[in-house]
This record gives sequence, structure tokens and C-alpha cells, in this order.
Amino acid sequence: MGDDAMSRPLKRSNAPIFWGLFGAGGMLAALLGPMLVFITGIAAPLGFILAPDAMSYANMMAFTGHWLGKAFVFAIVPLFLWHAGHRVFHSLHDVGIHAGMVARLVCYGGALLGTLIVAWALLLIGF
Amino acid sequence: MSKRRPYVRPMAGWWRKNPFFVEYMIHEGSALFVAAYGVVLLVGLVCLAQGEAAWNGWLAAMKHPLALLFHLAVLAMISYHSWSWFKIMPKTMPPLVIGGKRVAPAMITGAGLAATVVASLILLGLVWGMTR
Repeated sequence: MGDDAMSRPLKRSNAPIFWGLFGAGGMLAALLGPMLVFITGIAAPLGFILAPDAMSYANMMAFTGHWLGKAFVFAIVPLFLWHAGHRVFHSLHDVGIHAGMVARLVCYGGALLGTLIVAWALLLIGF
Repeated sequence: MSKRRPYVRPMAGWWRKNPFFVEYMIHEGSALFVAAYGVVLLVGLVCLAQGEAAWNGWLAAMKHPLALLFHLAVLAMISYHSWSWFKIMPKTMPPLVIGGKRVAPAMITGAGLAATVVASLILLGLVWGMTR
């Protein structure tokens, strides 16, 4: 009877990690999301307020070639994905979907895959 | 399987009956738009890493009317995310006490929204200054 739940050391929960990623991504999306979407999705493509070549290849390579630009991209894209994955995972129950292992794999696995792709692309661009 | 058919309360559309839950579903739904935008940026980054031709292809796609329409929708939903994020923040963060008094929820929400405006203007100013 020595192997009951009381005698085993408490298993640490991994929830704070995912909640932390969700919170960090949510905060970044709240603070910078609207303006980022405006810049990359509307202003730069239309040449509205910004120069028409604002997102030219040379500009973007200079931006992502710098360590600060790399840090910014590596903060924004993966954290947006972790935020969204966590929120969608926890909302599945509300729309009547049982959140099992498959849902976990899609939501968090997708965010992890996205993070790895971002890291790979940034390394490929080089310093 | 039991021969009896016990009553199961139907739950489809439960949230449509109460404006509070409608609001809840919209702000939870904003995550889908955050994810979609994250994927758009991810694809752009991969194109950038592939070289100039791939990048210009992504850039041309961003100029398509449907892409612009999509980004208008994302802009609306992500702005709603900002608003609801800071509206809920007084409930999700530990109580903030300054000078022995608990900071009012409206103050926290207001400070968050003000920070969003300031951060947005700084970001736009930086991008404008770096690309003009």
C-alpha cells in the first residue's frame, strides 16, 4: 500500500507553461496586433501612409538579418500561434467537441511546428 | 446500450441565448483570426528565406483584393481582441494595490488601452521612419 497517491511525490503541472505562452501571446497581440495587421496587411501592400516599397525584399532582409528584427519576429509569430492554439483548445468544449489527444496535438503541435519553422527560416536568412 | 432513453439537455447554440455568452464566443473566436494572421506571417517568412522571387510572390498575393479584405476582417477581430483582453484583465490579474487602495478595474482597462495606442503609434512611427 506504499504506492498510493499520498506517498508519491506530487507531479508538477505543465499548465503554467502553456498558460504563460497564451498570456504572453495575448498581450503582444493586444498591444501590437492591430497595428501590425494594418502595416503588413493594408498600409504596405496599398502604399497607404507607408512607401509602396516598404516591404521590399531588401528592406525585409535587412530587418530580419538584424538580431533585433529576428528577436521581434521570433517573439511575434510563435507567441501568436501559442496564444491561439491554447485558446482554441480550451474553447473546443464550448462548441461541443471533446478535447482529447488529437485536439491537443493539433493545437499545441501546430504551434510547436510553427515555432520550429520560424526558427529554421530565421537561421536560413542568416546574420 | 441502455434501453431507456434518458433526457439529455440539448446544448447546441447554448451561447446564442445570452448576450454575455455571445460576447464570450466572439472574443474566444478572435483566436482563430490571430492564428490565421500568424500563419500568413509564417508563410511570408518562409518565402523570404527562399529568396527574392518567392518573397515577391508573397507580396503580390498580399495585394490581392481578397487578401486585403481578409486583413480588414483580421484587423477588426484583433482590435476586438485588444479591447476584450484589457477589459478582462482586471479579473485575470492579481489585485493591484497602490497606496493601500485597490486600483479600480476601469483604471487597469484604460491603462492597457492607452498602452496599446502608444505602442501602435511607436510601431507605425518606427516602420515609417525605417522604410521611407
